[in-house]
Amino acid sequence: MTRISVKAGQRVFLDRLAKMSGQNVQQCFQCGICSGSCPMLENMDTHPRKIIRMAQFGMIEELEQANTFWICASCHACNVMCPRGVDLPRLMEALRLMTLRKNQNKVEPSRLPGEMIKEYPQIAMVSGFRKLTG
Amino acid sequence: MKVLYYPGCTLKTKARNLGDTAVESLALLDIELEELSRWNCCGAVHSLADDDLIHLVAPVRVLIRALEQGGGRLVTICSMCYNTLARANRVMRDDPEKRKTINLFMDEEPDYQGEVEVVHLLSMFRDEVGWDLLRERIKIPLKGLKIAPYYGCTLQRPREVGIEPVGRFDLMKHFIEALGAEAVSMTSADRCCGSYQILGNPEVAKDASSIILADAGKSGADALVLSCPLCEFNLDRNQGVLFEEGRISKVVPAFYFTQLLALALGVDPRRCHLELNSEASIGLLRDKGIIAS
Ligand code: SF4
Ligand code: SF4
Repeated sequence: MTRISVKAGQRVFLDRLAKMSGQNVQQCFQCGICSGSCPMLENMDTHPRKIIRMAQFGMIEELEQANTFWICASCHACNVMCPRGVDLPRLMEALRLMTLRKNQNKVEPSRLPGEMIKEYPQIAMVSGFRKLTG
Repeated sequence: MKVLYYPGCTLKTKARNLGDTAVESLALLDIELEELSRWNCCGAVHSLADDDLIHLVAPVRVLIRALEQGGGRLVTICSMCYNTLARANRVMRDDPEKRKTINLFMDEEPDYQGEVEVVHLLSMFRDEVGWDLLRERIKIPLKGLKIAPYYGCTLQRPREVGIEPVGRFDLMKHFIEALGAEAVSMTSADRCCGSYQILGNPEVAKDASSIILADAGKSGADALVLSCPLCEFNLDRNQGVLFEEGRISKVVPAFYFTQLLALALGVDPRRCHLELNSEASIGLLRDKGIIAS
């Protein structure tokens, strides 16, 4: 098994990630089934498997720059297939919240076009705001 | 039989084609869907962070209202509501620490321990109504219509709330067949439609929906059947846009399962709110002689 050592700053980040997501990223043995099951893969700059690898190594900057968790649709296709029981959607949620809780919204409700508000079903608005605003 | 149900916000407005047809069809099957007298939005998605309990308050409040109204169980028709309520219910039932925190926070409410059983209407057809009875009550069999079941994400995942094991689509298949239509299978039956990304990253969501519609086209289906207003928007109502943008080459409309049920039970098509579906939906039903031209 790979031995992974992380520095103090990384430790704080990783502990927070673990606490929020309830996941132990070291469980992952990098089989890539999550990436293979992900319907949003084509639009991600970093595959879900790689996100876990980055988390295992405490690569905070790279993690923060990835678009993966903003593209993730919380579809749970990955976690029902993971042979190691990693709940990747929870990890994605924790990564989203780390930004959203700094008051940095991914969608600005006040700037949505009127057309969209008129046309979109409530369920799109509610779920979108829940996932993409703080 | 009287059954307590939770409509959720979309069924009362933009998805009346789902809500109204459910109530009307069930009445014809001698089941009265009794609306929860007080309810709020469930939040549409389950909270996935352990320190984000505040978003469980809304669904738990709905469950408490159901318990107060005498509901040992609560039926949902929208599959996203189902998923959100069923998962919140499991947290309250199985996680003593979170249960305690939430109950303390909601101090104006009675303590809740996950007593209500959250049921999706599709499961009720399988487990209570039964396919034989459903078949008997059909007045206008949907003959000649090839329909692909589309489950999306929330009816089967995560496994602990799935109405059927991951990868099995028998429930909707039996439902379609009971209505007299032909069930067609497609590989994307449980592939995500793009979901809420239609708000944040519309291009990404459109990519996701187009893959499913292309697959439906290849499978030979005339239409999809589904149970979620967000899937319906992405896959059906938005289909004109996908076609205009050259993302799909064949139009495959989608219907709510309750709309097809209502039509097959002989409900007046004007009350099935087909005007809320994509344009192609009415044309298809006319072509197949299911509604008058
Ligand atoms: S499927 Fe699970 S074990 Fe495999 S790479 Fe993904 S997270 Fe790791
Ligand atoms: S939950 Fe997110 S990461 Fe997992 S398969 Fe779905 S879109 Fe991909």
